[in-house]
Amino acid sequence: MDMNEIKEIFFQECEEQLAELESGLLKMNDGDRDPETVNAVFRAVHSIKGGAGAFGLDDLVAFAHVFETTLDCVRSNKLEPTQDVLKVMLKSADVLADLTNAARDGGSVDESRSRGLVKELEALANGELPSPSAAAEAPAPKAAAKPVAAAPAPAPKPTDDSGFQPVPFSFDDFGGEGDAGSGMPAYEIIFKPRYELYSKGNDATLLLRDLSRLGEMTIFCNSDELPGLDELDPEGAYFFWNITIKTDKGEDAIRTVFEFAEWDCELTVKPVEEARAEATSNDELPMVPVPFDLSILDEAGAAEDVSGTAAAEAAAAVAAAETASNVTQMAAAAARVEKKESAAAAAAAASAAAAQNNAAGAGQTIRVDLDRVDRLINLVGELVINQAMLSQSVIENDTTGTSSINMGLEELQQLTREIQDSVMAIRAQPVKPVFQRMSRIVREIADMTGKSIRLITEGENTEVDKTVIDKLAEPLTHMIRNAVDHGIETPEKRAAAGKNTEGTVRLTAKHRSGRILIELADDGAGINREKVRQKAIDNDLIPADSNLSDEEIDNLIFLPGFSTADKISDISGRGVGMDVVKRSIQALGGRINITSKPGHGSVFTMSLPLTLAVLDGMVVTVAGQTLVVPLTAIVETLQPEASAIHSFGANHRLISIRNSFCPLVDVGRILNFRATQANPVEGVALLVESEGGGQRALMVDAIQGQRQVVIKSLEANYTHVPGIAAATILGDGRVALILDVDAVVGASRGQSLKAEMSLAAVG
Amino acid sequence: MSYAVKNLNEGDRELIAFRIGDQEFCVNIMSVREIRGWTPATTMPHSPGYMLGVINLRGAVLPIIDLAARLGMKPADPTARHVIIVAQVRRKVVGLLVDAVSDILTVTDETIQPTPEISTELERQFARGILAIDKRMICLIELESLFPETESEAA
Repeated sequence: MDMNEIKEIFFQECEEQLAELESGLLKMNDGDRDPETVNAVFRAVHSIKGGAGAFGLDDLVAFAHVFETTLDCVRSNKLEPTQDVLKVMLKSADVLADLTNAARDGGSVDESRSRGLVKELEALANGELPSPSAAAEAPAPKAAAKPVAAAPAPAPKPTDDSGFQPVPFSFDDFGGEGDAGSGMPAYEIIFKPRYELYSKGNDATLLLRDLSRLGEMTIFCNSDELPGLDELDPEGAYFFWNITIKTDKGEDAIRTVFEFAEWDCELTVKPVEEARAEATSNDELPMVPVPFDLSILDEAGAAEDVSGTAAAEAAAAVAAAETASNVTQMAAAAARVEKKESAAAAAAAASAAAAQNNAAGAGQTIRVDLDRVDRLINLVGELVINQAMLSQSVIENDTTGTSSINMGLEELQQLTREIQDSVMAIRAQPVKPVFQRMSRIVREIADMTGKSIRLITEGENTEVDKTVIDKLAEPLTHMIRNAVDHGIETPEKRAAAGKNTEGTVRLTAKHRSGRILIELADDGAGINREKVRQKAIDNDLIPADSNLSDEEIDNLIFLPGFSTADKISDISGRGVGMDVVKRSIQALGGRINITSKPGHGSVFTMSLPLTLAVLDGMVVTVAGQTLVVPLTAIVETLQPEASAIHSFGANHRLISIRNSFCPLVDVGRILNFRATQANPVEGVALLVESEGGGQRALMVDAIQGQRQVVIKSLEANYTHVPGIAAATILGDGRVALILDVDAVVGASRGQSLKAEMSLAAVG
Repeated sequence: MSYAVKNLNEGDRELIAFRIGDQEFCVNIMSVREIRGWTPATTMPHSPGYMLGVINLRGAVLPIIDLAARLGMKPADPTARHVIIVAQVRRKVVGLLVDAVSDILTVTDETIQPTPEISTELERQFARGILAIDKRMICLIELESLFPETESEAA
């Protein structure tokens, strides 16, 4: 494995970490104050920083470091994660993502943006609140219970009378590490290994010995959490250490000692003033061992009667729980000591902690090359076809009726179906990453336009084929931009209309009858129908006297060359209209619809296939050939009557459908399968609606039925064939071609299919 | 068909020989993926005469070329006895319809004689040389020349 590969893996991991970071921050933004969430966020930034350091990506490291420092303040409860703090952090996450991308693709990032953020982050880390108004309006659920940044933190009160005393810290000088006091700066460290540390073969003693090399060290072992013998898990981790060290190596050097144990222990490193450190080491440190209280044993025994396993679990979980927050840590300690009322509470805490750990452990994934998955899908497709062929021939040859062969075949059929489903599921992924990306876009545009927007996502765990997800991002981005820029009004207008000044954009994904439905709803002004109509008339898109329903007017915005924006803004109106959105959705085999209510907003509804590998098709016969017509293109099928067919000019024919005339296109003729046009009365007409607008009646000889077909590429071994979108393999093992309806309709307009065809067919 | 495991010397190359009508041809064995029987192909619209259509090769769409027609000879009338040589040409896999596969030859570069000057443009385009083996004349075909580079890039 060469360096580039390793780097590639790092960037892949970065993507995951960035997603984790953003989702964590968003969760916190919604009021989640779970220490595990904060930890996850911190961890994400930390991992990126670590990896970036290894590859010498200095810009990334520098930014991640500042970000990490600020996050650490949140982690250690010095900084209240108010909405305004989180706003800065979300922006920082965006910049971090940009820096990562720049490092990967060799681009650059607007330096003023990152520099500004660095200042903001540093200010936050130094305890300067973003703005007073922000602090006032931000919810501060734990404000009273927690030391507030910038104020010297009072020592947390002992939580019980057990003799356990938390270590008091000074937060005064956190920002300037290493320069506290005169002479050698001192640090207070709480090192609390978890069970995992030992299980991975680490030895706390070695770490402590390493630490002692940094300078003069005072160390106390705290055995407060040592349970009674009957509860003792011989493999558990119960001791923790309070360390005071005087070193000029700096906080980073201390953290480096614990680098490899970082996630398997709770580690708090705080610089203290020397005098203070002196004092604490003499008087305040909880060096008083817990008196061995026999009552603990009794109670534990009693508790065991009631919920023996729960108590045991509790003890293990207290050791294992990943709770970096001191508050939680103390609470856990308190819970253990105050056994009387705490057996149940501890059990609850334990199960909560266990649930957390489970949540973190869930969703294990492996990374697989997409080619391998595709190959597997191909093979399974073959298996399905083979199995069908086998069944067919057995049925044809079997005269005895029931036989063990039939039973075996049935089982084979079931197994194949199951394998097919599971293989298809491998490619399926939740739409979450795309949705998450949208939240960033909403933030950015809201910032640019000075609007206040709240993005609500629902059903982000809905799964779709990866290729669909990848291709969804672009149209969705465009629609979100539109919704925020055009859809939602300015706060002033909203206030005037009696709405909440904060606009809401709701992005929803759900499964509906074998397709995925994605809805984008905004509570903005809705479509200004009069304006849209006027614009369409101005642009010659509709006749001035046309009588359109509201719905038809709404759908005008999907026409090419349509933009309701009065002026071209930075955000939208760059020549990419909703027609492009519609086209990309259609390219995915999907449909898009809009409903709008003036004053109440608009809803865009996209219906997409779950996978691009499979297509719903109408299997038809044309000139002895079997073709597949995508079902999404077909509006209706009809049996033409002789009276409905009208000749038009020398070569054209029209079919009258409910008093309108629609050009008739002979598929067999246009694909050059036959020399003359077939008699329409003997065939079936498929009324199709093409991308370029306009309906056509496609003539085919017969309809065989509807079927789901697996799409196969023609280009891989052959070449692009005009009029043919792709190929598929039918149950009899033969190849059938999938009709490119748009190209055929285009050809009927006079553009020759053959002209595009290169002379040599293969190559 | 005679198989023999031989230690190839440098400069040796292995060729697969096949028959179209009464003529013998051969191609480099390294480009041959497999040999299979004829199955009916699905006709492609607007395709040239030598393009028989596409078949299903374990889930992949495989175009089939009537090599006789491609070489300017009488087009084949495919039957179950015909053989498809599945060959890799650059990044694409194609099937070549021939009458029968006859031999695997090991030859050195020296035994390959230049194409005689009487050849027409068409033959000169495909033939890379001629082998004389046991009074047989075998024409060496360069597969790449059947499908010019520019085409594959445009596709």
